[in-house]
Amino acid sequence: MKNIRNFCIIAHIDHGKSTLADRLLQVTNTVDVRDLQAQTLDDMDLERERGITIKSHAIQMDYTYKGEKYTLNLIDTPGHVDFSYEVSRAIASCEGALLVVDASQGIEAQTISNLYLALEHDLHIIPVLNKMDLPGANPEEVKDQIVELLGCDIADILPASGKTGFGVDVLLEQIVERIPAPKGDPDAPLQALIFDSVYNNYRGIVAYFRVFNGSIKSGEKVKFFNTGKEYYAEEIGILKMKQQPRKRVETGDVGYIISGIKTAKEVQVGDTITSMERPATEGIQGFELVKPMVFAGIYPVDTEDYEELRDSMDKLQLNDASLVFEPESSAALGFGFRCGFLGMLHMEIIQERLEREFNMTVITTVPNVSYYCTTTKGIKMTVNNPSDLPDPSTIDFIEEPYINAQVITKADYIGAVIELCMSKRGIIKNQVYLTSNRVEITFEMPLGEIVFDFYDRLKTISRGYASFDYHQIGYRESRLVRMDIRLNSEPVDALSSLIHTDKAYELGKKMCEKLRELLPRQQFDIAIQASIGAKIIARETIKALRKDVTAKCYGGDISRKRKLLEKQKKGKKRMRQVGNVEIPQNAFLAVLKLD
Amino acid sequence: MAGLYLHIPFCKQACHYCDFHFSTLLQQREAVLAALVQELELQQGYLAGEQLSSVYFGGGTPSLLTEKELDALFTAIHKNFSVHPQAEITLEANPDDLDLYTLNVLHESPVNRLSIGIQSFREEDLKLMNRAHAVEQARDCLRLAKEVGFEKLTADLIYAMPNMSDADWVQNLDALLQYDLPHFSAYALTVEAKTALHKFVKDGKVQPASDADQKRQFDLLIDMAVSRGYEHYEISNFAKPGQRAVHNSSYWKSEPYLGIGPSAHSFNGHSRQWNVSNNTKYVQALSRGELPATVEQLSIFDQLNEQLLTGLRTSEGVNLARLEQRFGPELVAQLRAGLLDLKDDWYQLRHDQLVLTRSGKHFADLIASDLFILADDEH
Ligand SMILES: Nc1nc2c(ncn2[C@@H]2O[C@H](COP(=O)(O)OP(=O)(O)O)[C@@H](O)[C@H]2O)c(=O)[nH]1
Ligand SMILES: C[S@@+](CC[C@H](N)C(=O)[O-])C[C@H]1O[C@@H](n2cnc3c(N)ncnc32)[C@H](O)[C@@H]1O
Ligand code: SF4
Repeated sequence: MKNIRNFCIIAHIDHGKSTLADRLLQVTNTVDVRDLQAQTLDDMDLERERGITIKSHAIQMDYTYKGEKYTLNLIDTPGHVDFSYEVSRAIASCEGALLVVDASQGIEAQTISNLYLALEHDLHIIPVLNKMDLPGANPEEVKDQIVELLGCDIADILPASGKTGFGVDVLLEQIVERIPAPKGDPDAPLQALIFDSVYNNYRGIVAYFRVFNGSIKSGEKVKFFNTGKEYYAEEIGILKMKQQPRKRVETGDVGYIISGIKTAKEVQVGDTITSMERPATEGIQGFELVKPMVFAGIYPVDTEDYEELRDSMDKLQLNDASLVFEPESSAALGFGFRCGFLGMLHMEIIQERLEREFNMTVITTVPNVSYYCTTTKGIKMTVNNPSDLPDPSTIDFIEEPYINAQVITKADYIGAVIELCMSKRGIIKNQVYLTSNRVEITFEMPLGEIVFDFYDRLKTISRGYASFDYHQIGYRESRLVRMDIRLNSEPVDALSSLIHTDKAYELGKKMCEKLRELLPRQQFDIAIQASIGAKIIARETIKALRKDVTAKCYGGDISRKRKLLEKQKKGKKRMRQVGNVEIPQNAFLAVLKLD
Repeated sequence: MAGLYLHIPFCKQACHYCDFHFSTLLQQREAVLAALVQELELQQGYLAGEQLSSVYFGGGTPSLLTEKELDALFTAIHKNFSVHPQAEITLEANPDDLDLYTLNVLHESPVNRLSIGIQSFREEDLKLMNRAHAVEQARDCLRLAKEVGFEKLTADLIYAMPNMSDADWVQNLDALLQYDLPHFSAYALTVEAKTALHKFVKDGKVQPASDADQKRQFDLLIDMAVSRGYEHYEISNFAKPGQRAVHNSSYWKSEPYLGIGPSAHSFNGHSRQWNVSNNTKYVQALSRGELPATVEQLSIFDQLNEQLLTGLRTSEGVNLARLEQRFGPELVAQLRAGLLDLKDDWYQLRHDQLVLTRSGKHFADLIASDLFILADDEH
């Protein structure tokens, strides 16, 4: 145990976490240079494209230092606030963390919130100044930021470059020197923390764990503390480039277990594995059931594909336990599902996976958060869909979830960021200069507001120089109303939203304008209206189609014209008929981008 | 019945609206023409020995060809193909090339039909479009072509140009109708990607005609042509009785044709292929004895869709019973179901002959597209 080091890497997206991880694997001969397809730790396609490690994994390296053999476990952490609980469990499984900061960028909001998490768990932090090879690197200023933040010594900061490999040897030495070995009682009953799981088509769920006390043996009977379920440890082992089965995984080490579990729901991140032979009396602290934050309807574009969609969602849930859904029906869209997601990114990922992995074209409705509604009779109910809101006359009050949010940005953009926050009903709580040119702004605002085009606008107004992080801080009473959208007088329930009374007119107008842009002209006029109850608050008209005239078809190139018309037809197929109006698939989400 | 197309990929100057393949660099002329001859040789089997009912020199600007060059091409054509004695042999010509001398040369050659790119009788249109000819040349060549004895003549006009009023268009059309040609084509201006015109429109320098303008001018066109005794037999084509274009009709009737030259397209009933749109690559490939072509096998859906797309543009329309024989009852049943979603006054269906009405012709593309059956439509 004294020769084990467990650590994770805390970094903002693009600060070079994956590249640096690759280097560590390479220098310790965990992986062959030739096998080193860029960025080994990210292995889902989607992740690579987005540059975000969505699902955490772990990998073990062997390293010899001063003649002694060490086992280094690198536990990867997802880099997006939607997956913050998973990050917290990964952090809880480590004794140390590398704080990787891009020398040309400086510290970002994500870095800080994850750093605080790490400090809460008493992790030893090794600050690493990465990308030192870049000509734009600004090490002195970024070092000051780090010293300020950590209260460490400037000499503690290790310069490195994942790209050139500079500093990687020293970094490995320092991981051994500075990060404490795990503590734990090898003779105590087994307690292992599940920090992640993945789904394998042949073997079911593979759960990743860190052993805190005792040891886990292959073939023994184990129990998952919080679900109470029992399994045989069919296979256990450690994680190199491939899984390596072992007879036993000891105190302090990191490993995996395969026990024939077929659904992700049974393997909850944060749960504790103990042995049936000699069970522990309590689970490891910090277990929480992750709750969805954002809800939206998912409907098949073609109503006949409902069953197929259900199958696909079931399969998705097998490997993504944080996806929850239940059937719902919409007057506009027919049968579909109300789904709960961890956040907006998670929602996009699910939609994309449905399209890519299951070839399902779906419509995602306007997302919303979870509200509490208390009726005049004193009954409190949860509302995950604006359509479920009771008649306004029976509502006493509505509460909505609030968040505490941090934005870190260049000083130049403070004005714009504050303006954005205010327009999103934010209340500024604090503003600190991290350095002369970087500011951290803390504010509280309704979670529901980030659904409406918050990230994109933050990116735009700060030219990309703003990072954002948040956590939920409970519910507050708000004056909310349901706004409906009607097309040729028919309400389209999938476009309804709960919004603040004071913003109703403005939003109603913008939504109608946006829809006018998005809906293709048809053979007749389309009236678009926004209404609250029976009251129309905004209106736009799309004039009947003129824009379809017959073009020339000259010469022998018939393929080109055929393909053009095929494309036109396919475009139409992605629309959904509501009443007599065809709505393109993208309109339901695009209405959120109102500027 | 089969057609042969030869693409002559050179022009004196680039018209602003044009996205056909051509080069204004004439150095490669000799090499390209030699390659055309080689390709004729290489592709002699493509039409499975069928006799040619039409030969078409298109471009580019085929009227740039000299007597000698034209001769060489005809020699190669006759060496590799059998040409029907009454075959229609068309050559596209630009007015600025058609002086008396050239017209005589052409008349003496096997060419028996000229297609003249008039485009407009208004100087400002010709300037705006960067045409190489002036209005006077347009008038002269039409008169001279008749005088030297060309009976089969056709001319191209473009309408719905920027700044073209309905009155301008009527005047233009009237100018052409004076010549009482047996055939003419009129195309609504399309702003094609990657053309100078496209850039002008994007930069706001040129204001394209609106759809409403285009629609009105299309209606004026049909009314005027029909009143002068022309049949409106394809969206953009008008002919006196018995004077329809043989070659172009083969495109719309799904008959086989072979295209020779860079960017030329060929069709043999179940596949289409097209040569690279690049003179150098074309010459290089043929010098190695290779055909620089991309082949596309047509699925049964593609074939059906193409017949809809081309057939619905013609005055005959498409015959559903015949489609049924060719493609089976299931697909045609889908097609019939699709008709129910169209506006009633867009089409007529009599004895299984599906024909677009006048108002349908305004939406021929939309209608074809809506009726298309895509492979993944099947459940
Ligand atoms: N110049 C330079 N570029 C780097 C270095 N490390 C990573 N990068 C580049 O920075 C980008 C983000 O790196 P990546 O490792 O994917 O970052 P992650 O999102 O934190 O995993 C990529 O384009 C890398 O090639 C470095 O040390 N020097
Ligand atoms: C392949 S072009 C070549 C003909 C010949 N080189 C000429 O310019 O007269 C044949 C005809 O297509 C038409 N055409 C070409 N580009 C067009 C466009 N963008 N919009 C409408 N008609 C077009 C013109 O009427 C032209 O005469
Ligand atoms: S319209 Fe004719 S002359 Fe003008 S560039 Fe095109 S092919 Fe050449």
